[in-house]
Amino acid sequence: MTATKTVTPEVVREHGLSEAEYEKIKSLLGREPNYVELGVFSVMWSEHCSYKSTRAHLKKLPTKAPWVIQGPGENAGIIDIGDGDVCVFKMESHNHPSFIEPFQGAATGVGGIMRDVFTMGARPVASLDSLRFGEPSHPKTRHLVAGVVSGIGSYGNCMGIPTVAGETAFHKSYNGNILVNAMCVGLARKDKIFYSAAKGAGNPVVYVGSKTGRDGIHGATMASAEFNEDSEEKRPTVQVGDPFTEKLLLEACLELMATDAIIAIQDMGAAGLTSSSSEMADKGGAGVEIDLDKVPQRETNLTAYEMMLSESQERMLMVLKPGREAEAERIFRKWELDFSIIGVTTDTHRLIVRHKGEVVADMPVTSLSDAAPVYERPFVKRTPMTGEPGFDASRPVMDSLVRIMGTPDMCSKRWVWEQYDYTVMADSVQRPGGDAAVVRVHGTNKGLACTTDVTPRYCRADPYEGAKQAVAEAWRNITAVGGVPMAVTDCLNFSNPEKPEAMGEIVAGIEGLGEACRALAFPIVSGNCSLYNETQGEGILPTPCIGGVGLLKDVNRMASLAYKREGDAIIVIGETGGHLGQSVYIREIEGKEEGACPPVDLALEKKNGDFVRTLVESGTVDTVHDVSDGGLLVAIAEMALAGGIGATLRMNYEHDRFIPVFFGEDQARYVIAVPEKAADAVIARARKADIYARHLGYTGARSDGGEPVLQGVGLPPVTLARLRAAHERWLPEYMAGKS
Amino acid sequence: MKSAVVVFPASNCDRDAAVALEQITGTKPTMVWHGDAEVPKDVDLIVLPGGFSYGDYLRCGAMARFSRVMADVIAKSNEGRLVLGICNGFQVLTEAGLLPGALMRNANLKFVCRPVGLKVEETQNVFTRRYDAGQIVHFPVAHGEGNYVADEDTLDRLEGEGRVVFRYAPGDNPNGSMRDIAGILNEKRNVLGLMPHPERVCDPLLGGTDGKVLFEGLVEALS
Repeated sequence: MTATKTVTPEVVREHGLSEAEYEKIKSLLGREPNYVELGVFSVMWSEHCSYKSTRAHLKKLPTKAPWVIQGPGENAGIIDIGDGDVCVFKMESHNHPSFIEPFQGAATGVGGIMRDVFTMGARPVASLDSLRFGEPSHPKTRHLVAGVVSGIGSYGNCMGIPTVAGETAFHKSYNGNILVNAMCVGLARKDKIFYSAAKGAGNPVVYVGSKTGRDGIHGATMASAEFNEDSEEKRPTVQVGDPFTEKLLLEACLELMATDAIIAIQDMGAAGLTSSSSEMADKGGAGVEIDLDKVPQRETNLTAYEMMLSESQERMLMVLKPGREAEAERIFRKWELDFSIIGVTTDTHRLIVRHKGEVVADMPVTSLSDAAPVYERPFVKRTPMTGEPGFDASRPVMDSLVRIMGTPDMCSKRWVWEQYDYTVMADSVQRPGGDAAVVRVHGTNKGLACTTDVTPRYCRADPYEGAKQAVAEAWRNITAVGGVPMAVTDCLNFSNPEKPEAMGEIVAGIEGLGEACRALAFPIVSGNCSLYNETQGEGILPTPCIGGVGLLKDVNRMASLAYKREGDAIIVIGETGGHLGQSVYIREIEGKEEGACPPVDLALEKKNGDFVRTLVESGTVDTVHDVSDGGLLVAIAEMALAGGIGATLRMNYEHDRFIPVFFGEDQARYVIAVPEKAADAVIARARKADIYARHLGYTGARSDGGEPVLQGVGLPPVTLARLRAAHERWLPEYMAGKS
Repeated sequence: MKSAVVVFPASNCDRDAAVALEQITGTKPTMVWHGDAEVPKDVDLIVLPGGFSYGDYLRCGAMARFSRVMADVIAKSNEGRLVLGICNGFQVLTEAGLLPGALMRNANLKFVCRPVGLKVEETQNVFTRRYDAGQIVHFPVAHGEGNYVADEDTLDRLEGEGRVVFRYAPGDNPNGSMRDIAGILNEKRNVLGLMPHPERVCDPLLGGTDGKVLFEGLVEALS
């Protein structure tokens, strides 16, 4: 990158700014911007940083509740979990960098979201990752899976934060645009929360952490554009992570946060120094002056442009109380981190940047935030897909079950999560593989239930209903472990908003999220949008990923999905209509992606879920699984495999109804297992509450040889060994190059 | 019983070790900064915790071994004070020469986190005195470099002197270590290094209490 260039229309275009945007910049500044200023605007007005295509619609989301302390607009969202404890959490995408350079893209995605949490004063206690890859047969998929999983593990493990949940799924629409959505959950005290608003003039602006280099320049702009054949050249835009330094940074920040020296603090993420300085000033109603000569540099001859746009990792920007600089510096030097006073807050409301004695950038702070464009892009809402797909009713159910359990989406993801330390911090009460992870709130008996969910094929069939379903499933998963769902962080992954149909998916998706969050009292407190997930004109399935967090008042009153005893009654809560549209069964066994997606009745979700939760909270039930992908029989199989205990189903259905009943993906359902002597009482309780409950069978089935089996009326026995082999085999064999 | 936990840059299981120690011994351990000159003079047990000290730069534990406080840790271990190295701590002990052998990259080249079955081979020492010889216990492992290697003479000596304390149960070796070795003692039997994490299995809510027995043995031995 040359030190400074003349700003020509070509240069403006290269910076991802439209002519109209450039005109607006000129009018805000009252003159032409220089090259540094152009760079600053290009990142701050990028889709990734400004949300210009979605801001108008995101306003419609419910973000408040009595337990919400901080909604969207800060580094992370915050909810009150009682006793002076708060939970701080957020999910963010790192899709484009991970496609280009999977290890570092994923690693820095994890690092970035952790910083967003601890910048608010919270010690991170859990990591989750929702991953979407292209079809397994695509030549890049294996490499991307290996890199991403390795990258996530390398960062999280070194940080010593357990990676406890997530999803890993495959679909050809992600062939050119994988999704890596990283979520972090942290804990803080209510009276020790740190915000980013840099209030007041004359306060020192301090840079701490790693030195600045040339990595990641224009990372934000890269994340705001589609890929084409030349995308590989974008590799220098991917940031490089150092989890060792971030661990030191975490401890140093928490140590300083134990004092009252900090006025404001924000991590340097996308658009690095530019975004942190301008956002902090903007929120505080202040101005900021920065001297780039004071920025710790790890390369020689860094230009002002490079320093303002660098996305070097593991850096924070703080505003301290005057006089506290030495105290703060002692802490950061102890942890062997760079510490430099690089500027001061002012009352001019301007961002002024100096380098080598000259002013190289000077603009109103609001020009970067409030004045950033907001687009009401034209949109067309597609007609939802309808109809019930045809299927061959004679296909043997149990053979189909075994096949489904071994498909890429449904198989065990043990290959993934055994590469993550999920037990560090000694508070992981429920580990990967369940409905939701549960992490004990350290030193208490409370637990945080965390999950990530979305069903993209539903969202393509019906973007509105599919988005509702994502929220409902996250809500169910938290409920299934006995938690009270409290709030959501979302990661909205969509394709090109400049195309009306894609914009229609975004608008409908946001509306669906809003309806579900409102009905379930599950507000959105933080989140992220990732648009332009499109390559050579092919966009991804709409993928609004929901990160849910809930609270268990007592982790000793918790449910998990494994069958625990032989002879338990298996009961389904919630009625099965046999909805096969957009089901895993139809896709994997009939080879079609057809039909209407299952409708979501939010009132019913709440009714059924609240009932199940009271069963868990009262200690009546300890075994629950929500029913989702694959339907009822898959849920039952998953419970059997987790517990190593078989099951006999004694449901009587007409044979031609088997497939819809066992594989339909009707929503608002849970399977529970309870000692037989308690079963009648549970069903009676359900009936009294006007909840559908049906006794399906019993746990504990064994073959003549004593092997645990899954079997039923009209369902020949399948050994758990055969199911387990199918379930566990696919992913390790695929990654070893064998399938 | 007085204990200390050394904190290197990017140790990350120091809190876990401290919590287990406090819960089981009844006394809070002293957290000792790697840059200090010494550990507390009257310490009975020094714990080198798990983590990624110095980012595993060069080799795991290779840098931590030169931390300022290590001179005193070595001196005190030579005096006979007890030293427990867990995971990265075990790596530091081998780098410092307090234990023989080395911990190499896992055979499958990947980080692995899962519960493993361990056979308690040896109970004639302060650390495992409260287990039954031959007992199978379960601790979680979480490491990328837990593959214990040493030359044949060293391995024979370890076996011969009853210094292999924990061995992965048949079929349960997560990292390919030689002779399925998971944890060993030094000659004087006052230094134990092991890859699995006993401090993570001291609570039934977390999957078991097999680790508690190790710390209880220490309390008993030192009282």
